[in-house]
Amino acid sequence: MSVTTRPTPPAEVRGVELTGKTLPRLAPLYSGLIAVAAALLLNVLTSVQGVAGTAVVAALLFVAIQSGWSFAVEGKRHAVDRLATTLIYATFVAAFAALVAILTVTVAKGVAALSPDFFTETMRNVSPRREGGGIAHALVGTLEQVLIAAAISVPVGIMTAVYLVEYGAGKRLSKSISFFVDVMTGIPSIIAGLFIYTFWVLTLGFERSGFAASLALTILMIPTVVRATEEMLRIVPNDLREASLALGIPKWKTILKIVIPTALGGIITGVMLAVARVAGETAPLLLTTFLSQNMNWNPFAGPQASLPTFVWDQIASGTNASLDRAWAGALVLILLVMILYLGARIVARFFAPKTS
Amino acid sequence: MATLTRPPEDDAAPAEIEGSAVRRGDRVFRGLALYAGIGVLVVMGAIAVFLVWRSIPSLTSNSVNFFTYQEWFPDDNPPTFGIAALAFGTFMTAIIAMIIAVPIGIGAALFIAYYAPRRLAATMAFIMDVLAAVPSIIFGLWGLQFLMPNMFGLTEWMNDYLGFIPIFENTQGIYTKSIFIASVVLAIMILPTMSAITREVFTQVPQAHREAALALGATRWEMIRVAVFPFSRPGMISGAMLALGRALGETIAVALILSALFTINWHITEPGGNTFAANIALKWNESGPNGLSALVASGLVLFVITMVVNMTARWIIARRAEFSGANS
Amino acid sequence: MGSEGQAPVKLSVQSAVGAAAEGKVEAQRVHEVSAPSRAKRMDLNGVNIYYGKFLAVEGVNLPIEPRAVTAFIGPSGCGKSTVLRTLNRMHEVIPGAYVTGEVLLDGQDIYASNVDPVNVRRTVGMVFQRPNPFPTMSIYDNVIAGLKLEKGRRIRKSETDVVVERSLRGANLWNEVKDRLKAPGAGLSGGQQQRLCIARAIAVEPEVLLMDEPASALDPISTLAIEDLVHELKTEFTIVIVTHNMQQAARVSDTTAFYNLAGIGQPGKLIEYGPTQEIFSSPREKQTEDYISGRFG
Repeated sequence: MSVTTRPTPPAEVRGVELTGKTLPRLAPLYSGLIAVAAALLLNVLTSVQGVAGTAVVAALLFVAIQSGWSFAVEGKRHAVDRLATTLIYATFVAAFAALVAILTVTVAKGVAALSPDFFTETMRNVSPRREGGGIAHALVGTLEQVLIAAAISVPVGIMTAVYLVEYGAGKRLSKSISFFVDVMTGIPSIIAGLFIYTFWVLTLGFERSGFAASLALTILMIPTVVRATEEMLRIVPNDLREASLALGIPKWKTILKIVIPTALGGIITGVMLAVARVAGETAPLLLTTFLSQNMNWNPFAGPQASLPTFVWDQIASGTNASLDRAWAGALVLILLVMILYLGARIVARFFAPKTS
Repeated sequence: MATLTRPPEDDAAPAEIEGSAVRRGDRVFRGLALYAGIGVLVVMGAIAVFLVWRSIPSLTSNSVNFFTYQEWFPDDNPPTFGIAALAFGTFMTAIIAMIIAVPIGIGAALFIAYYAPRRLAATMAFIMDVLAAVPSIIFGLWGLQFLMPNMFGLTEWMNDYLGFIPIFENTQGIYTKSIFIASVVLAIMILPTMSAITREVFTQVPQAHREAALALGATRWEMIRVAVFPFSRPGMISGAMLALGRALGETIAVALILSALFTINWHITEPGGNTFAANIALKWNESGPNGLSALVASGLVLFVITMVVNMTARWIIARRAEFSGANS
Repeated sequence: MGSEGQAPVKLSVQSAVGAAAEGKVEAQRVHEVSAPSRAKRMDLNGVNIYYGKFLAVEGVNLPIEPRAVTAFIGPSGCGKSTVLRTLNRMHEVIPGAYVTGEVLLDGQDIYASNVDPVNVRRTVGMVFQRPNPFPTMSIYDNVIAGLKLEKGRRIRKSETDVVVERSLRGANLWNEVKDRLKAPGAGLSGGQQQRLCIARAIAVEPEVLLMDEPASALDPISTLAIEDLVHELKTEFTIVIVTHNMQQAARVSDTTAFYNLAGIGQPGKLIEYGPTQEIFSSPREKQTEDYISGRFG
């Protein structure tokens, strides 16, 4: 065997194949057009009927055509990739369609019964069959109940988070608090109502009232506030704590004047989101308050309405007029939540650390 | 810097460092924080204690088996009530909701994380977050007034073509107020939760992993399969568990839709079904003392179930945290 | 407080006390005179520093002279920053960390049971490696943060104005920021931020100033500015500076202390200390010479 001899290269050297065979860029569009055409044809010729049925058939045909075409031209891997892409788009469209449907239906039906009077009148002396009436009493109730709940849960929540982040690091107590805060997040809202009823009403003997409702909402709010605050405190750089301590500022003032203000934007955002959450809670209020058609400014005594229980009550009445009111109340509730959410966003942006 | 000079006589003054080793302000503030934290623990404990305590009277007065009896007559003499039908309805609605919501939620999260244009993705993520906060009463109203009338076609079709499978069979010809409709509403309710949590874990997949997969010549779907799913599986599971917890405990939407019958009916498109939470809300104002106590007892069962589900989810997350901590 | 009971005078309250003592000089003083530094000396006697069970630094005996710059040098992880943090009780901020031995501030043990660590830190100020102005505060508020937050004392604007100007002048930053005192501190350049932190530290009128690699995150020009500043500040304060940069130690310090590790997992030790010139020209220990000549570290 000669050293210099090398095996003769094959006659045709194949270059690296970069192009491969691919479907045209608009392949999904072509497949779609074919699928729709075929489905319409089937609609005319066979028993496939109705808009929904035709759409489903078209979608299935689209998947079949595109996958088959891709499998034939590009091979199995690309066919699977295209199928996955189609399904992922489809799930998103489904999810989004459902959620958009809720918003649009609520807006469309809610606007009908909405008028300036709706915000200023109560349901006093308005029979279910009659039109008119309003949510003034419910707005007052919701406002008071949510504010009281926030007034209790915000300090407790923030101080709990302060303990977890600033004092309890690595301690067993802090780990178990942290664990139960997480578990508390998952408590069904009706359980919060049950607990306050058994504790506040049955055991301590107070009456069902707006304040009892606030207590139930407090239980639902605390874990959210703790989590949001904890997360924000944790991202405050340790440098700042040390800088402050090294200036001879006591730890508690360091936390109060340096750490919490630095995290304030995030904390406010978290609190607003927590408020948005509980403002729409219905179940605990059904257990802890009596429904009311009248204005009651006093959360500590007597029946007090709220926006969610107003909607519940109007649905239960079941007349056309009351259902209109229910939709309008639902729309106001959604708007309230949206405003709180958008507000939270704006606050977050406003408080973002300034650098220039 | 000459202006910094200071008369020398002060040099003699000793440093002013004495004082209490722990300041009073510190002690007070630390105490407040500590008691707030302990307060949270106490509340959790109190919930369990009060639910148990207040359910004892009805449980001891009950003349039938609490776990296997289907009917609900706690204010009769002798009281007869059981949670069999409630448990069936609760799990059935939650499981069907999960079957619908989990794949759609994951798909939507994948879309927002990897398929949607960046700019659009942020907006859609925000919309999803807002929808997670839409109050359940609105889902209930929507389900009752809008979805139910629009589902006749589908449920009828399911009876006609899939009726050979028992659960899709409808022997009554009535398609309203069914477990199936309640499940669909629940599915839509938990979708944003499911989607938001999984999206978060998807975005935490290190870019290096994803790029490594792509650099090996993987298609986008293969990249998701080899780099994204293995990394985010614990997060997806715990997200699903948290969504399940929400579905199990949902009250108002379910209470509005179900027709509240205390029977176990496997035909999910027929009217009927009841859940722990919905039953509490519906029976609350028409119950006597023993009835209230019985409702508290059913609430206790729900509390235990959701606790188990949530703790399992937390445990999965915690295990994952240790896991990733060791790796990074 | 020593048994003398003579209340030490701090500038911010001085207007009242000082006025009585010095009468008409007062008006002038507020404007011209400033940092009432008494530049204490410190002594470390048999100091062992622990993180939980781990002994990080062992057996440090070191005098720190007043109105002079003492530099701590040594390889990474040798414990020089740890020793620095024990000088104002910042070490114990880390959970589980503690110190044995004596750290004397003018003869008073700062680790004695009747000592308030907060007061120690007011007397012994500190500047950190990375500039860390408070992001929620303006330049002005950053400088007076320590004064304002101490004891919740209400200070008049006219007084804080004086303190801000004096401190910023002291930190050679006044001319650069005097027109935008209300701007956020985080908007300054890195070097300016660090000088702002120095201004913030000297505004509470400490007597000792600790600097933990104050220039390591800065560009060469900012570094020079900081070094010049250290030179000026030592007329007023006792300064201890940790540095990685031996040229810097040689340029700014009067005394140098060299720390080293006996090995991986072993505690750090003070190898030797002495006048900077001697340490750099004729160190007594071989390992000091090796380190200084760049043979390791």
